[in-house]
Amino acid sequence: MELIDKILKIAPNATVLDYGQRIVELAPKDFRAVAEALRSDKVAPMDYLRDIVGMDWGETLGALYYLESSKDYSQVTLKTATADRENPLLPTVCDLWKTAEIKEREVYDFYGIRFLNHPDMRRLFLREDWVGYPLRKDYDMNSNPLDLESDVNADTTEEVFLNPDGTVAEKENTVFGKDEFVVNIGPQHPSTHGVLRMRTSLDGEMVRKVDPVLGYIHRGVEKMSESLTYPQTLAMTDRLDYLSAHQSRHALCMCIEKAAGIEITERANYIRTIMDELQRIDSHLLFYSCLVMDMGGLTPFFYGFREREMILDIFEETTGGRLIQNYNVIGGVQADIHPTFQQKVKEFIKHLRAVIKDYHDIFTGNVIATTRLKGVGVLTRDQVVSLGATGGTGRASGWANDVRKHHPYALYDKVDFKEVLYNEGDCFARYMVRMDEIMESCHIIEQLIDNIPEGDYKVKTKPIIKLPEGVYSASVEASRGEFCVFIESHGDKSPYRLHYRSTGLPLVHTMDTACRGQKFADLIAIGATLDFVLPDVDR
Amino acid sequence: MNQSFLDYYNIAPLLATIHEAMCSVMPEWLAMTLEGIVVGVIIIVMYALLAIVLIYMERKVCAAFQCRIGPNRVGGKGGLLQVFADVLKILTKEIIKLKKADRLLYNLAPYLVILASIITFSCLPWHNGAQILHMNIGIFFVLAASSIGILGILLAGWSSNSKYTLIGAVRSGAMIISYELSIGITVLTMVVMSGTMDIHGIVMSQENGWNIFKGHIPAIAAFIVYLIAGNAEANRGPFDLAEAEQELTAGYHTEYSGMHFGFFYLAEYLNLFITSGIATTLFLGGWMPFHIAGLDGFNAVMDYIPGIVWFLGKTFFVVFLLMWIRWTFPRLRIDQVLTLEWKYLMPLSLVILVVMTVCKIYGLVF
Repeated sequence: MELIDKILKIAPNATVLDYGQRIVELAPKDFRAVAEALRSDKVAPMDYLRDIVGMDWGETLGALYYLESSKDYSQVTLKTATADRENPLLPTVCDLWKTAEIKEREVYDFYGIRFLNHPDMRRLFLREDWVGYPLRKDYDMNSNPLDLESDVNADTTEEVFLNPDGTVAEKENTVFGKDEFVVNIGPQHPSTHGVLRMRTSLDGEMVRKVDPVLGYIHRGVEKMSESLTYPQTLAMTDRLDYLSAHQSRHALCMCIEKAAGIEITERANYIRTIMDELQRIDSHLLFYSCLVMDMGGLTPFFYGFREREMILDIFEETTGGRLIQNYNVIGGVQADIHPTFQQKVKEFIKHLRAVIKDYHDIFTGNVIATTRLKGVGVLTRDQVVSLGATGGTGRASGWANDVRKHHPYALYDKVDFKEVLYNEGDCFARYMVRMDEIMESCHIIEQLIDNIPEGDYKVKTKPIIKLPEGVYSASVEASRGEFCVFIESHGDKSPYRLHYRSTGLPLVHTMDTACRGQKFADLIAIGATLDFVLPDVDR
Repeated sequence: MNQSFLDYYNIAPLLATIHEAMCSVMPEWLAMTLEGIVVGVIIIVMYALLAIVLIYMERKVCAAFQCRIGPNRVGGKGGLLQVFADVLKILTKEIIKLKKADRLLYNLAPYLVILASIITFSCLPWHNGAQILHMNIGIFFVLAASSIGILGILLAGWSSNSKYTLIGAVRSGAMIISYELSIGITVLTMVVMSGTMDIHGIVMSQENGWNIFKGHIPAIAAFIVYLIAGNAEANRGPFDLAEAEQELTAGYHTEYSGMHFGFFYLAEYLNLFITSGIATTLFLGGWMPFHIAGLDGFNAVMDYIPGIVWFLGKTFFVVFLLMWIRWTFPRLRIDQVLTLEWKYLMPLSLVILVVMTVCKIYGLVF
């Protein structure tokens, strides 16, 4: 492979592993050079860092870096590790990919790996006085008794850097200065869409800096999954991004099926695709409602909820659940569709196409709405790629990142749909992307709903599923971006490591870039159009 | 012109009779004091009752706009007792004390707001002969008294010692002071047209037709400008950024509880009513029935309807207009609010004033 040759030219010591998927293993000192070369490649720069997956392999601590090019969508996985468990250090890549700023903090939080030259090495999800690193395999579960004292966030952070002579030194960086007017937004706030807390430095009405404080709903889903069997891990996915419940679970099922070599039936694929798209409409309707409510227009809020209720009714009939459906299972879906499912979906789409005009009449054309959204929170294409802000946010800035289009799964290569792209990158573009995607999703469902083939909705699987050793991943286009599942299996009935690429984490991280220099009221509008869901960010 | 029924409903003679009867049994100062107390009680009761009516109306109107039913459980079919239950609840709530607040100002602020609101409220021309404050600079007094309210808002925001309330109060201050200009100028427009600042005089001058018809184009323009500015003055959507709940949780009254919060809440609703009441007085003839000059028969029929019905009817119509706006539009941003006022509304209202003056001089108004 051409790409591998390129890497081998820079780092001759690199080893290419075929371990579930192709992984290039690099020594920490080579890693940085390879990353730089891949990032600045002329033809197809690897400019999109999908995720950093921290790992504890027993003797070594390290991370997997999943890279993708926004030009030709080629992917590569790098691995680097250090044997020093006492004081693990790896080079940072946060100057190459901005999203690494927050993802490296996550790795530090869970594995204690400190990244050299990363300016902000604070804990991300856990308390600042947390003892130990919970996702390490030798972590003592009793080391953190329940602490009822309130956790005070420090205004400083430390940075580890390398002196020119090769020695490691530390210095202190300031997050917020003493004379800054810092307003605390959240964790209980009407418009942070969950328990997000943003420390916001204001200059009058102007936003200077946003520092998201995460972890208020951190449940340790990844750690928990390590002691669950594969079918049990499914229960967690619906509780991540509850507005992408189907799609998240779809991703995990796909990943396990891929690894275990399970072929699902055509009927199950149809049902999954239709459900994914219904879920997307559901999520975008909620997006509309919440956006208008955040902008102070309370009436359109009810429009969105009125139609969303109809989708939930459809879900309820077939799956038994409204918000959390638990519908996809390994090998297919839980139950066959309800006899009236097809008819109800068709009626709903007809109804939605008729009422969507009201949505635009009351909000899209409103002069206050347009002046508040247009030109606000502009993100350029380079910024969104570097920030890894996938989904509607990326597509509003002209980054064609739809997984359904570029790495098709389920039936997306068989249906005709348009990838909605806007180039403005402002709040209005982000809003329009979602509104247009509702129509595209309707279009997809219409193509499938009458053609659901007969057959089994689920194939028989073994009672105990064991995945062969290796690293597996699968990604889907969830309602608000690319959702990936990464599994490392050591051949047991539960995963050695299960990591989810949160769609919301890069979006929360985007807040700072998008809000700087904007008005305080814009911060709310920007937050609403970025459309993050907190249980998915915190996991 | 046939004025029999206008005179019939005039309660000024009745009040004069009562006054005389009281003076015959007690010294005049005592009579005046007793009358003052009675009138004060009446105002406060009406204030509270109207607040309840307005809150109920807002809930029902907003429910209708939002495809909902609104209150429908407490007190029969229409949920008529819902607001009473809410008021009762808020009365029994504890008024919390803040540790780091400026105690005096913190407790004073809600009273300032409600005081300004009640004083303005008592200037409204309810009915023929029923105006409570009758002076030759009436409308000027209304503007002056209503400005006290902003002092309460600023004090509330500052004395709570919280960042949210401070931002809310400063926003509110900037906004209300700006929009008072437009209100002042549009009111001046109508004063030019009526030739008097006395509220009773303004109403009486509309005997032959309401100002909005008599003053045609400049009056209609002034009416629209007044409604926009008045909406901002009442701190209501789309100008409710002082208490923008999505950003500032509740703006300047975030830290208040119980009846102290209730005062802000009441004042907000009553300011809506007062804004509409002043609009009715200036543009829609106050308590004056709908008259068309020349059609005496028609005018006589209109006169059968008492003035208070006209006044409340017209005022609630304007209230409905403002609610319609509130439940349709999203909120503006602070810089857009100020741009709207300083770049568009204020120059526009100045132009309207000039046009109205010219029209008046050359007799182009009816």
